[in-house]
Amino acid sequence: MTKPLSSRDWLLSDLPTSRRQAKAGHFYRIWLAFKANKLAMVGLGIVALLLAAAILAPLIAPYNPVIGGDLRTERLLPPSLTHLMGTDEQARDILSRVLHGSRLTLLVVALVAVIATPVGLLVGTTAGYFGGWVDSALMRVTDVFLAFPRLVLALAFVAALGPGIENAIIAIAITSWPPYARLARAETLTIRDADFIAAIRLQGATSPRIIWGHVVPLCLSSVIVRVTLDMAGIILTAAGLGFLGLGAQPPQPEWGAMIASGRRFLIDFWWVATMPGIAIFIVSLGFNLLGDGLRDVLDPKSIK
Amino acid sequence: MTPNQPTIGGRLCAPFAWAIPVTKLCGTLAITFFGLLLLTFLIGRVVPVDPVLAVVGDRASQSTYDAAFIELGLDKPVYEQFWIYLQKAVVGDFGTSMLTKKDIAEDIKRVFPATLELATVAILIGTIFGLPVGVLAAVKQGKLIDQIVRVIGLIGYSAPIFWLGLLGLLFFYAKLGWIAGPGRIDIAYEYSITQITGLLLLDTALQGQWDAFGNVFSHIILPASLLGYYSMAYISRMTRSFMLNELAQEYITTARVKGVAEWRVIWIHALRNAAVPLVTVIALSYASLLEGSVLTETVFAWPGLGQYLTNSLQNADMNAVLGGTLVIGAIFVGLNLVSDLLYAVLDPRVRSRND
Repeated sequence: MTKPLSSRDWLLSDLPTSRRQAKAGHFYRIWLAFKANKLAMVGLGIVALLLAAAILAPLIAPYNPVIGGDLRTERLLPPSLTHLMGTDEQARDILSRVLHGSRLTLLVVALVAVIATPVGLLVGTTAGYFGGWVDSALMRVTDVFLAFPRLVLALAFVAALGPGIENAIIAIAITSWPPYARLARAETLTIRDADFIAAIRLQGATSPRIIWGHVVPLCLSSVIVRVTLDMAGIILTAAGLGFLGLGAQPPQPEWGAMIASGRRFLIDFWWVATMPGIAIFIVSLGFNLLGDGLRDVLDPKSIK
Repeated sequence: MTPNQPTIGGRLCAPFAWAIPVTKLCGTLAITFFGLLLLTFLIGRVVPVDPVLAVVGDRASQSTYDAAFIELGLDKPVYEQFWIYLQKAVVGDFGTSMLTKKDIAEDIKRVFPATLELATVAILIGTIFGLPVGVLAAVKQGKLIDQIVRVIGLIGYSAPIFWLGLLGLLFFYAKLGWIAGPGRIDIAYEYSITQITGLLLLDTALQGQWDAFGNVFSHIILPASLLGYYSMAYISRMTRSFMLNELAQEYITTARVKGVAEWRVIWIHALRNAAVPLVTVIALSYASLLEGSVLTETVFAWPGLGQYLTNSLQNADMNAVLGGTLVIGAIFVGLNLVSDLLYAVLDPRVRSRND
């Protein structure tokens, strides 16, 4: 390289001189395509806001989310300048609770993704790579999990494990992996017989090494898209469990549970149940838009 | 399925061609059902609550406790317990509810019509609105109607159904007074109608009790529209994509070149072919209404399967929870099977691929 290039030229170079440059350029091109999609950027913005709210909750929340104000004068106040979203039946500021609730939502989404994605990937790639009876056995197990509607199965698991946010996360993760396994298997089937896999096998690579080092990375992008698209569903399931009293327990400011407690005052004090619902809606919308955008960029096959 | 059925939908097919896929399907189905039972059994085993204590209470004497322990079969090895569970479940015996002391199968039979009625009205609403909207969105791709379908879908995939239900009750029941509130029917009518099918809309109509019919209708319309909205979001999106697929085919160009009227090309030629995969979509959303109904029934105090499940849950009545879960799982599998079979009947290409 004789003269210094601008970083943009370096990234978009057709003749990358290093592996790092090629990779960075690849991601930069994806980013450019993604950036052109306005709705996807809105989604990204919403998710970034959620992250910021979760990190900064103790700093930006105007009141304590768990301990309320004066029960005689500050209960069930309508939205005003002092309480932007009003207060609930225990004189707690709803905005502060919604902000702190973003931490729980993010926790659920992140943990479910971290638990369910590797399980789905592992089951799917193993089934697809080996085929035969391994495939049949693993896919039958997957089918059984898919045979239950997701919320109903999660309900049954939470019923068995006992209510609580940890158990809700476990239950949602258990019900989330089967679609990822299916997807990973389908992807694996298309690359299993490729020449480069045969070449690696002839070099003496073991099956776990081939699966982990060469098959999984190729399945990753479509599975990640699927997980992102699922995140809204995960949030809605978690909120549903919270609404039924099976997720986070009071006084934790979980959005679904907040709607459940506001339900009793719905007719006279509409804001108690409405505000957390708006939060759920906006965050789910953000993940849906982000997922759609990612799919369009990373997985052009599936555009209809 | 008789093997030597000569024609299906007017098309010839070889005798016994059905036998192989059907046997295969039955095998898969049996394994799936076995898995459903195993899974619910395992869930029942991990309960931290001592099932014996749930039956006898924590003040029972040791001898009562032991008797109940043996009665529940907990002294036997696990595989034997599973075998007993399997045998009972196959004949529809899910045990008695620990709370109500009633037979769970009876309980489920009693509450199921309410869920069925709600889901049926919902799927009708979803299909009647979703199908034409999806077709129009495909025809006018990128235009206003297409954007509307997109927005409907996004709201459907993002808004929690129980929240929309509460808002609906707030506006249409509390503020505007257009509809009746939670529940299936007003108490005033509840004992004046005899239940034949358990589907109140049908029962009242059959008996000509139009007052009661109006009351039932005013109760069901909001929860059913809400569930219907969610099916509509799914059905319209899928209709759009199937129609886009069909409209790009060559037979559509041929029809147009022949001078067939445009409405005929779209609504007769293309839709008829798009209808085949749509049957699956509609069957699947019908099945998923059973899932959505858990939350909707809670919000609308709808005395169906979903509410039965959540009530049992809140009272740690594990047998009832597992019984309900199993029934929902079985219905889900059943509807999947029906849609697969319909697919094969309607689409000759699928049929020949299976053979």
